Amino acid sequence: MQEQLMNKTVWLEKAEALVSAIKADRDADAEQIITELSNLKENHLFTEVGRLTRELHEAINGFLLDSKIADMTNVEIPDAKERLSHVITMTQDSADRTLTAVEQSLPLVEEFAKNSESLLKEWEKLRARLLNKDDFSELSESLVAFLTQTQLDSDTLHKNLSEVLIAQDFQDLTGQIIRKVINLVHDVEEKLVKLVRITGGKMDGKVTQHKDPNELEGPAIPGMDQGDQVNSQDEVDDLLSSLGF
Amino acid sequence: MKILIVDDFSTMRRIIKNLLRDLGFTNTHEADDGTTALPLLQNGNFDFLVSDWNMPGMTGIDLLRAVRADAKLAGLPVLMVTAESKREQIIEAAQAGVNGYVVKPFTAGTLEEKINKIFERVKG
Repeated sequence: MQEQLMNKTVWLEKAEALVSAIKADRDADAEQIITELSNLKENHLFTEVGRLTRELHEAINGFLLDSKIADMTNVEIPDAKERLSHVITMTQDSADRTLTAVEQSLPLVEEFAKNSESLLKEWEKLRARLLNKDDFSELSESLVAFLTQTQLDSDTLHKNLSEVLIAQDFQDLTGQIIRKVINLVHDVEEKLVKLVRITGGKMDGKVTQHKDPNELEGPAIPGMDQGDQVNSQDEVDDLLSSLGF
Repeated sequence: MKILIVDDFSTMRRIIKNLLRDLGFTNTHEADDGTTALPLLQNGNFDFLVSDWNMPGMTGIDLLRAVRADAKLAGLPVLMVTAESKREQIIEAAQAGVNGYVVKPFTAGTLEEKINKIFERVKG
């Protein structure tokens, strides 16, 4: 503001001097003042260009000297890719272990239900005094076999359930890894914003989406619905029935 | 009842396979995308297809279209089990001739309900 005022005073002085020089037919003086005026304008332009150049130069240097960026590109981003791949490996491994334990347990439970049902039937016959001596000794043997098998199967079930329990240990580790990657993405975002500022782009906060129309959306993320996603199976069913399904 | 399960993640194939077994369907086969599924379908006398949408190679929607375009397979009941939950995608699948649509994550109950519904319709 002050600079502008000062400029104004200088310009006015020169202009008034020019007018009076022309009025008094002092041609040499008038020409001298015109040269001075045009110099004044050029000086101002040069100062401004110089200042901008210096600012840009400093900003770019500052950006390049920021060793975090080199670290990010050389170390942290490749590292993050590896970490995320490791998350896939860990969750896949956990799912496999859990599924194996469940697949091994389900037949045991089915067998258990089937055998106890048939034993119960025989036992009820016994209580109704419908069994003869041979039937009874057969029942007695089946009962011993069932109880022995139950004991063995209980051990196996216990082992399998513990395996399912332990297979959930990935959650803690993947959580920590993913949190680190989120922090890195945040840092990269900040640096990118800085870079855009230096190069003079306008950050008006508006994001234009350039999306490949063939790209699939993937799982719905809570809080990221843009109004075009269904949020439950019920909504899928409603949509389909509105289409005549 | 011979069923083909198509999903690129082996975990999801195993889960669906186990759920189907619980429902009494023991004759299940697996493929990891449309490209491997299609020849199996063409030569395998399958009665039912359960497919994911997003898979490398050939996606589930393309597999569905290929099935509907194949004179021998056109009538095969197809259930889509997918994480894709955009309205326009569900409509797209419906227009391509899907018989049921289940969004992941899903429950055993939902899967059973949709499968029963499809078979009721096929029989009726």
